[in-house]
Amino acid sequence: MTAALEVTVARQIGEFELDVAFTVESGMSVLFGPSGAGKSLTLALIAGLIRPDTGTIVINGRVVTDCARRIHVSSQGRRVGMVFQDGLLLPHRSVLDNVAFAVRQASGRRARRAVARSWLERVGAEEFADRRPGSLSGGQRQRVALARGLAGDPALVLLDEPLSALDSAVRRELRDLIRAVILSSGVAAVLVTHDAEEAEELGDVVIAYNDGRVTGRRIVERPARPEPQPGAPESTESA
Amino acid sequence: MKWKRSIAQTLGGNQKAAVIVAAVLAGFGLGFGVAHLMAGSIAYWGVVSGPFLLSLRVAVPATAIAGITGVASGYALAKGRFPGRNVLETLGSLPIILPPTVIGFYLLEVLSPGTQVGGLLTRAVGHVLVYNVAGCIVAATVAAFPFCMRAARTAIEGVDPLLEQAARMMGLPSWRVALQVTLPLARRGIAAGLTIGCARALGEYGATLMVGGDINGKTRTLSLAILDSFTTPERNTMLLILVLMAVTAMSGVGLLGRSRT
Repeated sequence: MTAALEVTVARQIGEFELDVAFTVESGMSVLFGPSGAGKSLTLALIAGLIRPDTGTIVINGRVVTDCARRIHVSSQGRRVGMVFQDGLLLPHRSVLDNVAFAVRQASGRRARRAVARSWLERVGAEEFADRRPGSLSGGQRQRVALARGLAGDPALVLLDEPLSALDSAVRRELRDLIRAVILSSGVAAVLVTHDAEEAEELGDVVIAYNDGRVTGRRIVERPARPEPQPGAPESTESA
Repeated sequence: MKWKRSIAQTLGGNQKAAVIVAAVLAGFGLGFGVAHLMAGSIAYWGVVSGPFLLSLRVAVPATAIAGITGVASGYALAKGRFPGRNVLETLGSLPIILPPTVIGFYLLEVLSPGTQVGGLLTRAVGHVLVYNVAGCIVAATVAAFPFCMRAARTAIEGVDPLLEQAARMMGLPSWRVALQVTLPLARRGIAAGLTIGCARALGEYGATLMVGGDINGKTRTLSLAILDSFTTPERNTMLLILVLMAVTAMSGVGLLGRSRT
């Protein structure tokens, strides 16, 4: 079976040197480590926003970066969805337009907006469709950013500390949503966090980072229970 | 002032800028109207209405041309690293630095059918570009261009590059990122540049005088007519018209400016 992502890259930025190699299968993989360990830099390299000094990046069997062969597929051409720390929604467009911009698999504005609307429903944000991002709360913005990251039928989704700017109650709520939506969509995802609890809750595999190196890899054991479904009630507690 | 707030809330940033430009033009028009009523008895209206309308005929296309080329140049300067970048930046800013008559002198050299360059250009365009409205439009465009270019450049440089990065990650090609993300986010600065450029094109004097020639009924714009009026007995009437125009235009801008929330 082809790995969803194979990364072998090195990049020097000032004094900091990143030199990592790892493989990601389907499901959720988490890059976990302290701030400044090189996790977000790795995501930027995978996304094609920065070029490595040496190495290769292969997404679903397709070589998107190979420094030796001078291959560098642009970020537009990688079919990688990305969820940023603070959403980075376009402030001058409606929520629906923000998601529709990312839809590549449908042609025509109406078809793209229909796909976008279905993704907003899956993340529970359909009621915000006509609002501007500036009027949304942090949690609402991240729901929309998640829909946008997935709406383009990506081969891989990257999530760069998507919960770090949120308060703890919203974080817990969104953790379940992110895991449920990603797993139900069947796309491989790589999430960056420096929060151990978050890594444990979200990841099927946790790849530990420190000072620009991979220092460990662990498969998270999960109790055999059905994965949460998107749109399912967030709490089953009764009064 | 609920109605002003509701207008401001209804209009987007671009539309607000457009309304302010319209208010300035309407202010000029209204000022003329009032002045016409007051000055009609001395039959002065005919002397200034022609130059006023000619100024509009010159300023509108000049602002459009300077706006399109200025925004494109501002975008290139903000985003691009290309050969000739410094030349574009310097040449684009020259009309601000050099006296207008010097710009007019250069334009005459480039546009006159009698010069080598001007001869080639005239044959290429199929139209003489001096001592007619076309010459006035060229002079006003050159005067307005640096304001449009510099304002666009500053506004585009101020757009958060992470938002453009996010748009690229969505798979948008570069031209869509530019048209649907960068320029809309820079719209306020661009609109401000267009407004100043339009004002500069309306008020252009020195280069227009040299390239247009101040021909009564043909190339005498409002700015040229104002100077000419100071040598005529209607000087006081012109002064009244100018004061009324300024007060009306500034009142319009002030009203709309205060309603921007």
